[in-house]
Amino acid sequence: MVQQSLNIERRSATTTPSPGVRHSVEVAKLIDISKCIGCKACQAACMEWNDIRDEIGTCKGVYDNPADLSAGSWTVMRFSEVETDNGKLEWLIRKDGCMHCADPGCLKACPAPGAIVQHENGIVDFQQENCTGCGYCITGCPFNIPRLSPKDHKVYKCTLCSDRIATGLEPACAKTCPTGAIMFGSKKEMITQAEGRIADLKERGYQNAGLYDPKGVGGTHVMYVLQHADKPELYSGLAKDPQLSPLVIFWKGIAKPLMSYGLGVAVLTGIMHYVTVGPNEAEEDETEK
Amino acid sequence: MNNKSGFILRHPPQVRANHWFVAIVFILATLSGLAFFHPAFFFLSNLFGGGPWTKILHPFVGVVMLVAFSMLASREWKYNRVTDADRQWQKKAMDIMLNHPVKMPDIGRYNIGQKYLFRTLLGMIGILFLTGIVIWQPYFAPMFSINLVRLAVVAHGIAGFITIVAIIVHIYAAYWTRGAIRGMTRGTVTAAWAKHHYPGWYKEMSKGSK
Repeated sequence: MVQQSLNIERRSATTTPSPGVRHSVEVAKLIDISKCIGCKACQAACMEWNDIRDEIGTCKGVYDNPADLSAGSWTVMRFSEVETDNGKLEWLIRKDGCMHCADPGCLKACPAPGAIVQHENGIVDFQQENCTGCGYCITGCPFNIPRLSPKDHKVYKCTLCSDRIATGLEPACAKTCPTGAIMFGSKKEMITQAEGRIADLKERGYQNAGLYDPKGVGGTHVMYVLQHADKPELYSGLAKDPQLSPLVIFWKGIAKPLMSYGLGVAVLTGIMHYVTVGPNEAEEDETEK
Repeated sequence: MNNKSGFILRHPPQVRANHWFVAIVFILATLSGLAFFHPAFFFLSNLFGGGPWTKILHPFVGVVMLVAFSMLASREWKYNRVTDADRQWQKKAMDIMLNHPVKMPDIGRYNIGQKYLFRTLLGMIGILFLTGIVIWQPYFAPMFSINLVRLAVVAHGIAGFITIVAIIVHIYAAYWTRGAIRGMTRGTVTAAWAKHHYPGWYKEMSKGSK
């Protein structure tokens, strides 16, 4: 991996350009689900590197542990037992976490300047010191990832180990994965890597094997190799065609700028009315009948 | 009615106090809400101690607003029925706004513009409260589905916009109608003012005292 500093490409709630003279390589994490054995070493590595310790939960009778993402669990393995067409049972294990969208809904929805940034290498990072705790990012995310901490009312999620990447290291989960199911590199390299693996899987009978890099969010910087790319929903409900909610686009893209102008126009109309028409005065002698 | 020097009581002290309390709370709710409305207004969060404090305070200010406005609305409810005279007034609204001389219909305590404002605020403050609950992190929002929260957040913004525009109109109309603000600060208006703007109400008030 090339060593790179983290240039900022986009900031939340900022209407002027971010510093953009320098250019860095777009990175990606590639998760090959066909190689994952569900050992959860990535979960442990994530906790360790980021120094987060979730509350001890309870057993839900399934392998998923913890049961869901939280402010203290930025990645979880989701286990699903799936019967495929030929009556074969398959155990599909998906490492869930932030997808680092090229077109991040969280960043678009965020009203606090600089609380969410997108680095030029594609990493979407929350800057908790700027977070107001409003939860708008949760409404913006098409993957249901950000979690508001009940302790400090800030939102947390996977950082793609931006602090490691800035110094030329790979993410903690990729570093620790014993089967090499999690790979990290430039997005270009990872796509090439995936293509080879997909050809392999097809040869072994997985005709629908493919890369998950959904275009609806401009592509992602966490990609999956899926054995059944035609049915991503088999993988614990992975979105087939994730899109930013039209409500969020309308709200942030159209309604709010338009309404902001509207407020200005309303005030201006009042002033113009007063200076052209003049005040509405009652003559004091009107009461004389 | 006609106390010394021909002034008529328009708003008793309780209503004045209630109105100005609502006005103060409205300004706090607006300034704190606008901070989250568009980045251009985010600087307003500095007035409340920064982003997190603005986010913490805004919903509570909203609840106070709902309570105070409900008290005011229940006091004014009975004066806000639309009458035939109001409809005649509405036909002349353009002439009135352009200060053309018109024969004023016998309207009561409020004109139809004020009655529309009353209805708008009643509806919008209701919507703002309900949608505000749905998007209130971290207490209530997790109880609702994500699509409902998305819808509520858009509806809250639109209702907030309509409310602010309505209040801009309200403030300007009060300023433009010379003598009206006195009715809400001192409580009294001149007889000439009452007769000019609200002939029906003026007649009613004069009947009572003669």
